[in-house]
Amino acid sequence: MTPTTLDKKLIARRSFLKVTATGAGGVLIGLAVQPLSAQQGRGADKGGRGGGGGGFGGPQVAPKIENYIRINADNTVTIMAKNPEVGQGVRTMLPMLIAEELDVDWKDVKIEQTDFDPTKYNGQIAGGSTATPQNWNPMRQVGATARAMLIAAAAQQWNVPESELTTGSGHMYHKASNRSLTYAQLAPKLAAMPARELLDPKNDAEKFKKPADYKILGKVTKNNDIMAIVTGKPLFGIDQTVPGMMYAVYQKCPVFGGKPTGITNLDEIKKMPGVKQVIVVDDRPAIPIEQVLPGDPGLENGVAIVADTWWNAQQARKKMQVNWDLGPRGVPDHSSTIYAQKAVELNQGKPMTTTRSDGDVEGSLSSAAKTVEAAYAYPFISHAPLEPQGCTAEYKDGKCTIWSTSQIPQGGRQLAAQATGIQPTDVTLHMVRGGGGFGRRLTNDYMVEAAYISYKAGVPVKLLWSREDDMQHDYYRPGGFQFLKAGLDAQGKLVAWRNHFVTYGALATGPAPAGPPGFGPPPGNGPRLNTVTAGAMGPTEFPQPFVPNFAIQSSAQPLAIRTGSLRAPSSNAFAFVIQSFLDELAHAAGKDPVQFRLDLLSQPSKTPGMGFLPERMIAATKLAAEKSNWGKTNLPKGTAMGFGFHFSHAGYFAEVAEVSVVNKKVKVNKVWVGADIGSQIINASMAENMAQGAIIDGMSELMGQAITVKNGAVEQTNFNNHPMVRMAQAPATIEVHFVKSDFPPTGLGEPSLPPILPAIANAIFAATGDRVRELPFSKSGYSWA
Amino acid sequence: MQYTLTVNGKKQTVDVTPDTPLLWALRDVLNLKGTKFGCGIGQCRACTVHVGGKAVPSCQTPVASVKEPVTTIEGLSENGTHPVQQAWIEVDVPQCGYCQAGQIMAAAALLAQKPKPTGQDIDQAMNANLCRCGTYLRIRQAIVRAAAIASQSKGPAQSAAALR
Repeated sequence: MTPTTLDKKLIARRSFLKVTATGAGGVLIGLAVQPLSAQQGRGADKGGRGGGGGGFGGPQVAPKIENYIRINADNTVTIMAKNPEVGQGVRTMLPMLIAEELDVDWKDVKIEQTDFDPTKYNGQIAGGSTATPQNWNPMRQVGATARAMLIAAAAQQWNVPESELTTGSGHMYHKASNRSLTYAQLAPKLAAMPARELLDPKNDAEKFKKPADYKILGKVTKNNDIMAIVTGKPLFGIDQTVPGMMYAVYQKCPVFGGKPTGITNLDEIKKMPGVKQVIVVDDRPAIPIEQVLPGDPGLENGVAIVADTWWNAQQARKKMQVNWDLGPRGVPDHSSTIYAQKAVELNQGKPMTTTRSDGDVEGSLSSAAKTVEAAYAYPFISHAPLEPQGCTAEYKDGKCTIWSTSQIPQGGRQLAAQATGIQPTDVTLHMVRGGGGFGRRLTNDYMVEAAYISYKAGVPVKLLWSREDDMQHDYYRPGGFQFLKAGLDAQGKLVAWRNHFVTYGALATGPAPAGPPGFGPPPGNGPRLNTVTAGAMGPTEFPQPFVPNFAIQSSAQPLAIRTGSLRAPSSNAFAFVIQSFLDELAHAAGKDPVQFRLDLLSQPSKTPGMGFLPERMIAATKLAAEKSNWGKTNLPKGTAMGFGFHFSHAGYFAEVAEVSVVNKKVKVNKVWVGADIGSQIINASMAENMAQGAIIDGMSELMGQAITVKNGAVEQTNFNNHPMVRMAQAPATIEVHFVKSDFPPTGLGEPSLPPILPAIANAIFAATGDRVRELPFSKSGYSWA
Repeated sequence: MQYTLTVNGKKQTVDVTPDTPLLWALRDVLNLKGTKFGCGIGQCRACTVHVGGKAVPSCQTPVASVKEPVTTIEGLSENGTHPVQQAWIEVDVPQCGYCQAGQIMAAAALLAQKPKPTGQDIDQAMNANLCRCGTYLRIRQAIVRAAAIASQSKGPAQSAAALR
């Protein structure tokens, strides 16, 4: 469970709109954005990202005038989309918010992707399901304030009270005198208006639309890029071209931190078809083995080949014989089998740290009427977005232009500048549609490589990783081990819970940095774990608020590979463990698994105010149960339903899966999603699409995906050995239902995923009696039917 | 080596090594960026094009082996008017969109062969095409819709022709 930290202070209170006339008879409406508070990135930062690439929020910026809206002479409206688009639909969604309040028709809206520009925009990030909560107010404020300025302009022009004016479909009406003007006709007047403070959604509520009047929000709005997608227009990172551009591949050491010591057949490689340059990078500073690997370390050692086509570069690279110094991580100790053995040993010893201890855990476990003990495990997995990592860069005369699919361009820009010895402000960063992100593009290794290779080669380059590069040099979802023991009282009530989480990292010495309240020990108080990115468990992890005697202990071991945030970081694994174990407890208590959870959620919360509102999860649970007809359906032998819920990224998701199992062959027949993500679904089409996709994504994680390490190197190479769900395995139906609550809208890309893993696992148990406690299930002999 | 290919109805000459996959000749030589690279081993089929009307993974098709006309996503229709493209828009299929050119080409080849595919036909024909975002339910729906569009616009007898 993650505390919600969508601090209302995030939203700039005092921002101004300024209007300037444009040459083409249009008008620009600019927004002066106040810097977001230092709290900004926290909601997104749950994966514990660290490193030098800049946090999610990035550094704070001074207020600057920025453009969001352009009213064109033909009365169409161009709206700027400021965030990176990697398939989450944000390029369509943010302009919808502005267009709604501006009161224009969606058919008259043109969307323009902005560059990365922190002097104009905050929060140019695709991560943490934050785009909706962080932009719900500011974007509507831009639209509503622009509309208010148009009304003021019309009132002056017609010399009538503002209260007599109405708008609709990009037009201004004075019904009393039967007059109307288009927004474009008002543009000259608008351009002469003084800057105006942004309207406040609360204090100026009457100037914002009522949800019942929405014409765009909540409706089906198609992906803005759909025509370009279905006709194959150059749209994605891989499609960018620059005059004089060469293609590059970058061969890195199979073990992180290794470096090239020579190329046996360099002369032969240089003579291969199309090869222009071979660039060796061997001077990157070594990262000591004791050190937990940084989140986004920048340029790594390797060998670049620059050629006239990518295929020629890749062919040369396949022939190239590089001698590697593997470094301290290229040893047998850094193998998945050893990691698993060490985890068991660590669990047998004293936990390195106690993250939380409420009540008398050991006492209540020994006095409990019934105890259940179980060991769960899950592997590293790869993000594997379908577009492999890549980037186009042109370094010239101390300036660098980059076309990137980064989810966090801020960090990439900094790293690219560092690697090429220029200032971040000398980097122009075009944000290009990415073929999937899932968190992979929250690190910027490909961006810094492209910039550096262009800098060294003296030509613009398009760097493209092979699928094998992508899978073997990922920032993996960290694997982990959880050793659980829980106690039930005579009535079957959960009274004690202990989880020893064995993760990766190192025991840190010296005073701990101050964390937000409720996270870890206070500064300087005892030993603490410095865990790998996305490899920490917070002290309020579910079901902490509802169990009187509750402990989370953590231990860690060193890790050779990099880890990062994968869609719903930590939640994607924790939900499987916690909701599977709760299912075990429900069965041990002889209670219906849904009722057991509802009972648990109905306990008074020990830590109210940590962002988790049990009534919202109860509502989501009841919705999923009702829609699936939970407990009321007679299913044939071998077919059963399973349930799971999880709260993450401010979203409450409860999911039911109906599965059929024959000889360990699993068919997911149908899935029901019940969710509460606030008062308003913004785009009905994308919301359903993405939630359905999350179910299928979670199925891939459940059944087949595992990254294993041997002697410090990743063993998997491609989709054949890190499989994802295919069409024939996809459920026939995935129903997505939303609770309409009174809370501000939040994101759904991430929170929709975690519950499906335990829902299917619990359904398999209900169908077969087999409790599988380790991901992926293929390891236990399961496969899709 | 020089090879002459007929791509989207146009004869084109490419000068590449014989082992160059059709994918890279299309993308990097003929500048047709619609066909996508995803895995390089025929596992994801983002690179699906038609060769002689059949859906093939262009990353596994050496240029030297191509003897029949090639159709890419750019050549499927002038302006996104092919029934499969229309259906994809109507159903709002894509999330990231990266796999969709391959999906559309695979679907078009299926419908050209089977204008009224069953659900099983669809799952079978499309099973080779990965969608990392998991839009499979909408792809299924769009293929059914494309079949309907094709039969409405041309009449059942000609629907297969409309889908080519």
